[in-house]
Amino acid sequence: MLNYGKLIVLAIVMVTAAMGANWARDIAYQVHAIIIMGVAAFMFIWVLRRTDEPEPVIDASGYLDGVVRAGVIATGFWGCVGFLVGVVIAFQLAFPSLNLEWAQPYANFGRLRPLHTSAVIFAFGGNALIMSSFYIVQRTCGARLWGGNLSWFVFWGYNLFIVLAATGYLLGATQSKEYAEPEWYVDIWLTIVWVAFLVVYLGTIFTRREKHIYVANWFLLSFIVTIAMLHVVNNLSIPVSFWGSKSVQVFAGVQDAMTQWWYGHNAVGFFLTSGFLGMMYYFVPKQAGRPVYSYKLSIIHFWALTFLYIWAGPHHLHYTALPDWASTLGMVFSIILWMPSWGGMINGLMTLQGAWDKLRTDPIIRMMVVSLAFYGMSTFEGPMMSIRAVNSLSHYTDWTIGHVHSGALGWNGMITFGALYFLTPRLWGREAMYSISAINWHFWLATIGIVLYAASMWVTGIMEGLMWREVDAQGFLVNSFADTVSAKFPMYVVRGLGGVLYLAGGLIMAWNMFMTIRGGKTVEVKVNPNATPAE
Amino acid sequence: MDTYSFLRQLADSWVLLLMTVFFIGAILWAFRPGSRDLHDDIANIPLRNDTIPTPKREDQP
Repeated sequence: MLNYGKLIVLAIVMVTAAMGANWARDIAYQVHAIIIMGVAAFMFIWVLRRTDEPEPVIDASGYLDGVVRAGVIATGFWGCVGFLVGVVIAFQLAFPSLNLEWAQPYANFGRLRPLHTSAVIFAFGGNALIMSSFYIVQRTCGARLWGGNLSWFVFWGYNLFIVLAATGYLLGATQSKEYAEPEWYVDIWLTIVWVAFLVVYLGTIFTRREKHIYVANWFLLSFIVTIAMLHVVNNLSIPVSFWGSKSVQVFAGVQDAMTQWWYGHNAVGFFLTSGFLGMMYYFVPKQAGRPVYSYKLSIIHFWALTFLYIWAGPHHLHYTALPDWASTLGMVFSIILWMPSWGGMINGLMTLQGAWDKLRTDPIIRMMVVSLAFYGMSTFEGPMMSIRAVNSLSHYTDWTIGHVHSGALGWNGMITFGALYFLTPRLWGREAMYSISAINWHFWLATIGIVLYAASMWVTGIMEGLMWREVDAQGFLVNSFADTVSAKFPMYVVRGLGGVLYLAGGLIMAWNMFMTIRGGKTVEVKVNPNATPAE
Repeated sequence: MDTYSFLRQLADSWVLLLMTVFFIGAILWAFRPGSRDLHDDIANIPLRNDTIPTPKREDQP
């Protein structure tokens, strides 16, 4: 009976999307309507072919790992796409003629840049977080993923969101909020998917067989809940037309700016930090084969991070219309945040106590350690840059971009690579990755790539900041903006090369994953049938 | 009093106190006597539900 309901809903979606394709007011909406129509048509046929057929028997005794396998592949794929677009736009900045004339306006820097940021943060990072939270929550609860196929809805729904967001950017649909560019209907879709994600996650926790909720789940749950809150509030907007992608923000002026950076900084705090810390607190102890150094410290880490991060956003708005007290508040909380961040880093690193020899033999552990080192470095750099006096030099310069990338490439990228190398052989029933030396190559290419990237951005950022504020004896500015642009050229080339190295590492990983998966067989992991769920 | 001033005053007084007390309480709770064994047990969760089945809790039949 449920299938009939599904068929009716899919038919309604299909007809509405067809109307949207016809009446669309802009090209992005039209293309999206066609994509949605196609997806709905495909699913209609899929459901129809299974209607009134005998129900396939699903063995629900083990962990639900199919969706994790799909997530592992999606993470590897989107990572390479995101790094590639990053390399392209890095060279577009160095050589503006790469904004190819024939590809305008679709492939200019302005449209490719959000494609890059969303591809690496939401597609690569988001898929990594979803698949690893599905993996971690089952293992730390000793229970199968709750909700049956709902986790598959989360996976495919999230990746549909990514396709809609990415095509929207290229076709010019954006609400011009950094890291929240997708337009209103894509935002609504993400909200639905995210609620399903929360339901699957909570459902699994409620049916757990372990008495206690392991700290990784706290971090992952705070990531899911906070991102839901941030996403909904920052995307409060009213569409101009139901048949068009354009919408108007509810907030205006400084309120809008503050909401945006409350969102923006907490996206860093709860998506790129809390979520990935959840991965760290599971995968580092697993790979090291020993429990986390101090469980108490992890509890303090969690509560301190959660209580402090949410206030740090205003440091993005120093010297703006934002009241001084608010930007001072943001600055102070950013500085306090340094301590719990380093507590977490130390906790992760000290987990290797007694297993330091693995650093020499195990490239996956090495990746995780470098990842934690970059977590420590960027959580020191960030508070420093949030200080008003430092910010007056660093803001609007490439220093900020360097800071973001040492966090994203170093911390998020490396811990995700570590997780992928951990998961791929386990999920496809292999002893180890196909090639260990390829992991070593990846490690060094990525590390040298990050060093080139961060170092060149420090140099160019500080140079640019100093050039902007340089005044002569009469008090006139010495440099024009174009002077700084030409002075930055060599560093931009070095940055692009760093990106090439990082991309090369990513491609080696994709090849290594492909070779591991090929010929491997899927593993079913049983849950003990005698254990009963905790109440 | 307008909404802004009211919320501002509330945030600066009772809510601030509430959050600080909750935060310090959560930290102190982690250090309560007898938490060490519990925390050691929890810290080992990732190391046991991998390939081996979940151990039964003592209080279960």
